[in-house]
Amino acid sequence: MNFYSKILNLQNFDFNTFFKNVTKSQIFKILEKNRIDENDFLALLSPVAEDYLEDMAQKSKILTQNNFGKTISLYTPLYLSNYCKNRCVYCGFNTESKQLRKQLSFDDVYKEASIISSTGLKHILILTGDSREKSSVQYIKKCIEILKEFFDSIAIEIYALETDEYKELNDAGADSLTIYQETYNESLYKDLHLKGPKRDYEYRINAPERGAVAGMHSINIAALLGLDDFRRDAFFTGIHADYLQQKYPAVEIGISMPRIRPVDGGFKPLHNVSDRNLLQFITAFRIFMPRCGITISTRENEKLRDNLLPLGVTKMSAGSTTTVGGHSDSEDESKQFEISDKRSVSDMMSAIKSFGYQPVFKDWEQLNL
Amino acid sequence: MEIIVNGSSENLNKSCSIYDYITNKGLTPEKIVIEHNYNIIPMDKYKTTILNDNDKIEVLNFVGGG
Amino acid sequence: MNDFLEIGNIKLKSRLFTGSGKYSDDSIIPDVLESSGSQVITVALRRVDFNANENVMTHIPKDTVLLPNTSGARNSEEAIRIARLARSAGCGDWIKIEVIPDNRYLMPDGYETVKATEVLANEGFIVLPYINPDLIIGKQLHSAGAAAVMPLGSPIGSNRGFRTEEIVRIMIEEIDLPIIVDAGIGKPSDATKAMEMGAAACLVNTAIAVADNPVLMGRAFGNAVKSGRDGFLAGIGAQNTNASASSPLTGFLDE
Repeated sequence: MNFYSKILNLQNFDFNTFFKNVTKSQIFKILEKNRIDENDFLALLSPVAEDYLEDMAQKSKILTQNNFGKTISLYTPLYLSNYCKNRCVYCGFNTESKQLRKQLSFDDVYKEASIISSTGLKHILILTGDSREKSSVQYIKKCIEILKEFFDSIAIEIYALETDEYKELNDAGADSLTIYQETYNESLYKDLHLKGPKRDYEYRINAPERGAVAGMHSINIAALLGLDDFRRDAFFTGIHADYLQQKYPAVEIGISMPRIRPVDGGFKPLHNVSDRNLLQFITAFRIFMPRCGITISTRENEKLRDNLLPLGVTKMSAGSTTTVGGHSDSEDESKQFEISDKRSVSDMMSAIKSFGYQPVFKDWEQLNL
Repeated sequence: MEIIVNGSSENLNKSCSIYDYITNKGLTPEKIVIEHNYNIIPMDKYKTTILNDNDKIEVLNFVGGG
Repeated sequence: MNDFLEIGNIKLKSRLFTGSGKYSDDSIIPDVLESSGSQVITVALRRVDFNANENVMTHIPKDTVLLPNTSGARNSEEAIRIARLARSAGCGDWIKIEVIPDNRYLMPDGYETVKATEVLANEGFIVLPYINPDLIIGKQLHSAGAAAVMPLGSPIGSNRGFRTEEIVRIMIEEIDLPIIVDAGIGKPSDATKAMEMGAAACLVNTAIAVADNPVLMGRAFGNAVKSGRDGFLAGIGAQNTNASASSPLTGFLDE
């Protein structure tokens, strides 16, 4: 069984009726449990549970501190290329967009890496668009080999690969895989991904599992919040994480909670996801999976990130740019999306410390023996 | 002839079947388990399995246990 | 309410397994089975004592499910050999694997237990392995084909109660097999605690066998297991263990 077959059984699940039947005493009881199941998790995502957000936050904070201590891991994204064959209506890199297309040369990669590593960061996330012609697995592999000299952990956020391709990149030094499903709603997915290889929902949804099979040390998944009703996609992200963690107990599973940001082309979110909604997702997920990582990126603003910091988050990006070459050149118009928290790495470090937390640059290094 | 029963040697006057051996000892065939030269002997083979010189047998039964 | 424990195609109404060892007189066993409601009893295989001619089987009612153990086995080969011998007695396919290379504390060997389980499950045995509470061994036993997993509550015969509850709780949550708490359960309340937590059954021998009144103690354990099970099924109510809020964490949402 793979996750696609699991989610097929849930495609017709009646969320509205489920939410209507959630009671306050049920939420109260769930919050007293040591461990909650999928139904409990969904109940914590219900509108009724919003009244218990303070209790959820208290519990989430304790669980996070017990499992991760008072630490926040830092990383930054490095965009290698924005060539893309997909037409994802919400993305600035989509193939129809008039953006300037760029791909870093190996010298550029070296240059960007030197600049990023001078900030002290040890974990990096590399990104490309979806173009096997322009950004081949071999190109990405070469980039990983360059970056290995600078960084202890390299995560990839690229187009979906085959298992043996993931293995090849893992062997080259990429220890983590980030791949977002964007939305778990299959028909909506087809409406939003009009063209390109990414249109294959099933291939995409099983990609994290292929990464786990290939030996990735950590896997990070997400839905892009604002495409479908957040409660629905939050639930599916949670059970996807749980599915992976059950089946691959040695792999570190984490999730991100990206909300749609303004992009070139002006896509408007189909559903509003408020700060309250975001916090409900963070805390419900933390209570459901106390040991999983939660990433909040610079998509969110400074003030919100500061407030969310102790409530379940374990990982944050810093000093980010979504432009290819943006760490060395000044940013131009070719962005994937607008950054909201524009603080530098050292500003982020001071902020984290001021909350009594420790910024962590390195919490993992793969040894290829 | 000599056979080993439950780890101790025992002298028999002549070869006999397992069935004869255990009934002579006053045991009920239904309540025991026999291993003959490390092979388990089903109950319906007790009469046709003959004990020969130097054979090893284990005669077992159920006792109280947790 | 139809609450059965199904193991190897047998539906059991009672979730109390009993042992047949350590009784001062085996003839009391039928009365204990009666008073406790237990439908499963463990027995051991031993070399016949030609002088005694005692056989515990004469005291076990025909409709009781027999669970022979492999006690005496110090490795998987011996456990497999004992299991095959036990099955040849014609009393069913159930086997409690017990591989104990340690005579001081009688601790089971998880690695050898997994090996024996794999072989015997492939031969069609209904395998119930006895282990130290260990999530990873438990999962390996699941893959090896075990029908249930039996973690110890405290050392065999110690009557020290349910000391391993934190680990057993995790096993109950994570392993998709009945978890039967075996060994160390000293008092009826220990059994209730295990059942309330979601254990599928309890195996109790010493605490019943050495009680002043084993028949009455059997009844007490039968009731204790039932109470614990009912409590589990009914859904234990909330116990307010969380510290209450000191200062609100969500105030920023309203700013």
